Amino acid sequence: MSHSTPDPNDAHGSVFDGLLGSDDSQWAFGTDFEDPLAGVDTTMPEGVAPDALATYCVMLADDALVLSHRVSEWCSNAPDLEEDIALANIALDLLGQARLLLARAAAADPTVVPALPEGSPVPPEDALAFFREAGDFRNVRLAEVDNGDFAHVVCRILLFATVRLALMERLRESRDRVLAAVAAKGVKELAYHRDYAGRWFLTLAQGTDESRRRLVAALEDLWPLYPELLATHAVEDEVATAGVGVRPADVAAEVEVVLEQVLAMSAVERPDRRALAGVRGRTGRDGLHTEALGRMLAEMQVTARAHPMGQW
Amino acid sequence: MTQALTAYDVARTVTDPEMPMLTLEDLGVLREVTEEGGAVIVAITPTYSGCPAMATMRDDLVHRLRDAGYDDVRVRVELEPAWSSDWITERGRAALAEHGISPPGPADHRAGPVVLNLLPTRRALHCPRCGAAEVELTSEFGATACKALYRCTACLEPFEHVKEI
Repeated sequence: MSHSTPDPNDAHGSVFDGLLGSDDSQWAFGTDFEDPLAGVDTTMPEGVAPDALATYCVMLADDALVLSHRVSEWCSNAPDLEEDIALANIALDLLGQARLLLARAAAADPTVVPALPEGSPVPPEDALAFFREAGDFRNVRLAEVDNGDFAHVVCRILLFATVRLALMERLRESRDRVLAAVAAKGVKELAYHRDYAGRWFLTLAQGTDESRRRLVAALEDLWPLYPELLATHAVEDEVATAGVGVRPADVAAEVEVVLEQVLAMSAVERPDRRALAGVRGRTGRDGLHTEALGRMLAEMQVTARAHPMGQW
Repeated sequence: MTQALTAYDVARTVTDPEMPMLTLEDLGVLREVTEEGGAVIVAITPTYSGCPAMATMRDDLVHRLRDAGYDDVRVRVELEPAWSSDWITERGRAALAEHGISPPGPADHRAGPVVLNLLPTRRALHCPRCGAAEVELTSEFGATACKALYRCTACLEPFEHVKEI
């Protein structure tokens, strides 16, 4: 069985016309892309190189984008409906942060955006999300590894949200107005994510022998990926010096305090695992990833890549 | 069409696509409406970063203003200051309650690091249906980004609560 590809620009109409009815405003997803930074003042702050700011934004965006995709894979697979909805909400918040940050990266330095065929309607944030290879992604490897059981996603969100919340709290003071605004919104969202994961961590730790066994196993499994979240990359160092970004190393102490609180209340020992090594000093922030990211991107990007001229 | 109403009069009647009992004004999402040389510029702010309703809000604003005779309408997104549930008006809170949604309490505006909270969030709420104070939190996340799920242990009905942010 074969289907011809619907052409949204076909003068005779496309298969989607019936969904729109006669009034475009009834189309729930809008009839065109919306620039998430439309109307936001994207003037560059002085004293920071545009490519450094753009790369920094891509790092923060890729963390959120990749983890958002992994968490969204839980949709319809969580232990119950409430957790399904909670995880979907967390994924949605992260996706929103990623969109703003990718759009910020593209506005700061358009050369970071992959080239698409002439006339392609794909906006910069989508070009960045769907048309980069794994080696161009700058996310930490904690965000990309395959999902495990429910305890695994709880531990992953706990580690991720604790670090990101600490970063965003400081990023509110960024000299870049867009980053400061994205961070101010992100703090409110990440506080919910961290509390959610922290409560489940405690619940699973104090639940049954089986829930505790799974929790400890998941934490052991993810722990080697945790130090990468607190390592400072040269680009992060550069933008932090310029008053635009935050060095992860500078928030390490407060992150440790929070994690220690969760571990102590849950009576779970801090795992004794060494950090997952990079290759010749390169890690996720340099585009060095586990093979899980390539497989994830293949699924995430396949539709957009099949239709580089597509209007969504 | 005549412009009997000001652009603000029109914009303030546009409702939220996910909570249609609320106008964008009552939700605190509508920040400003200015008219500059024939063009109308509407500023809105997202409740949450990933709020999927932003495009619909924008389209609804443009449509309604066009229908009222304003041809040149631009919608601007304002990210700062970040939206707070405190911006929901008294009228908005009453409309939420009337439609079975529990309105938010005051948001926490303390400066400094956000304090970790491993216990279920305590809110002094009343069931919007029967008014009982015996309610329990089902989940901090609901059908939309801005709501939590509750259950009334008196009348046993579930209900939604707009979260404080």
